[in-house]
Amino acid sequence: MPETNAVQESIRSMIDLDGATAIFATSFGYFDPHVLALAKDFPEVQFFHCGGLYQEGVHPENVGSYFGYIDEAQYVAGVVAAHASTSKRLGFIAAKPIPQVLRNVNSFTLGARSIDPSATTQVIFTGDWADPVREAEAANSMADQGIDVLTCHVDSPKVVIETAERRGIFATGYHANQAELAPQGYLTGAEWDWSNVYKNYVSLLQGGKTLMNGGIPHLVRGGFKDGFLKLSPFGPAVSAQAQQAAETAQAQLISGELVIYKGEIKDNKGKTVIAGGKELGQTAIELEQMNWLAEGVMGSVG
Amino acid sequence: MASEALGWWGVPLAIIAGTLRGSAPFLLVSLGECLTEKSGKINLGLEGTLLMGAMSAYAVSYLTGSPWLGVIVAGVAGMFLGVIHGWLAQQPRVNDVAVGIAMIIFGSGLAFFLGKPFIQPSAPQLPTLSLAGWTQIPQLESALSISPLFILGVAIAPLMQWFFRSSRWGLLVRAVGDSPDAAKAMGISIFKVRMASIVAGSFLAGIGGASLSLFYPGSWSERISSGQGLMAVALVIFARWNPVQCLYASLLFGGAQAIGPALQSVGIDAYYYLFNASPYILTLLIMVITCSPKRTLTGAPGSLGQAQE
Repeated sequence: MPETNAVQESIRSMIDLDGATAIFATSFGYFDPHVLALAKDFPEVQFFHCGGLYQEGVHPENVGSYFGYIDEAQYVAGVVAAHASTSKRLGFIAAKPIPQVLRNVNSFTLGARSIDPSATTQVIFTGDWADPVREAEAANSMADQGIDVLTCHVDSPKVVIETAERRGIFATGYHANQAELAPQGYLTGAEWDWSNVYKNYVSLLQGGKTLMNGGIPHLVRGGFKDGFLKLSPFGPAVSAQAQQAAETAQAQLISGELVIYKGEIKDNKGKTVIAGGKELGQTAIELEQMNWLAEGVMGSVG
Repeated sequence: MASEALGWWGVPLAIIAGTLRGSAPFLLVSLGECLTEKSGKINLGLEGTLLMGAMSAYAVSYLTGSPWLGVIVAGVAGMFLGVIHGWLAQQPRVNDVAVGIAMIIFGSGLAFFLGKPFIQPSAPQLPTLSLAGWTQIPQLESALSISPLFILGVAIAPLMQWFFRSSRWGLLVRAVGDSPDAAKAMGISIFKVRMASIVAGSFLAGIGGASLSLFYPGSWSERISSGQGLMAVALVIFARWNPVQCLYASLLFGGAQAIGPALQSVGIDAYYYLFNASPYILTLLIMVITCSPKRTLTGAPGSLGQAQE
């Protein structure tokens, strides 16, 4: 469904005709203005939105938002990628330079550089959430440049993963498990685990808890620890050593021992963006406004 | 597995490789449109035909395991849309551009509706023909892996040229397109000739769709064509309704698609939106250069786009 008035119409009929009492809206543009407008019209219905940023006092109290820190999984994928790469040059095919995407690029690169500080990530922005021809061109160009592990943040990673397999290089997945598309070169992947998130919501709702009575928090965020994410099973090209390193990183992210954005971190123009000794935990608002690429990323946001 | 980085040589290589990989859909659609327009009708609906071809080829290849059967079904699906367009666009006082726009929406809508279950699975792809027996450089080997449908298009271009110039049937198509009244006086059925041209043109466009989903980029999704069908229609004007020039123009457009990503891969990352837009800018430039209010285009079929009374 496009992010237009059609959203409001169908939510309205879900409530009026089907008697829905909880609405889940899962595209970024559904939140403002559509979900917000309807939440005011139907104060007794609960609205849960994926990805939007709920602001207390500004937004109606029957609105909640949920999202995951998938960059944790990208960090671990970076660790695996650095082990698999022989050229130590990784490639990232990204749609648009917005904070969520840049955070994935940076976390992937920081993960790789935790294994080999000389590793670099070439990023190519296609400018579009879905443009299969340009994604394939980007993947082929990077393979031509000697890059030997590709990953991506676009709507459908299928073309990137398949092109990498055809070119005989490695790939790590995104959104879901793409191992079937690349039986040789698929290393691992950053996956959402929505079933877990929704199961929690359902059991809360069944228990009579609501956003309005305070039983359900307005902002639900989480990473590995909260069951929002998982890694794809390791592919055949992943060495035992790489597996070990990945599992350690994942365990440390869960325990909180490992903080991805821990100073000093420089951007790729040499400017310090996170001062030495400073730690930005996953909930830090600075990270949701990221507009820089870390040292080791080749590309620019402009 | 890892190969030497090519550095700056990667850019021209990527453009050449992009040309060989990416121009097949442009080529097949523009040849189809060339045939259609020579008979005096415009078929903008080939954008929808391209999507329908891509979807049906992928679906059939996935369900039967035979990509070649997929190619044939894509052509047949194209013909089906062509029959609808050919019939509608030839009704009295019907504008073929308006029908074409309706057919874009119908073709793409039908392809999206039927294609939903095939976005996820992976279908067997067409085999590649390698022209790289002489080299050991992996980048070149990859660049020179060519789609059989591209070869088909390259072969059809001069054949179609010959068809228009020297064959009896080709002359019939041209007569109908240039002067329907004269053709009618000769006792030719304008309806049948135009219908045949539109259906054959749509067959080629359907196969063009198969080359998108079964060769490059080799996947079915709703954004697979990104306007290539419409660009190919514009390209026919640029090529002056000449099939061999359609081939050159398609190569140019295929190469233009590779410019943006190739430049970013060697570190030129300024203005990537501009470079990525190069195929569209090219289309616009062609329109501006070739359109003039003062003169009609050389080579344009005389009755192109005129509604029948």
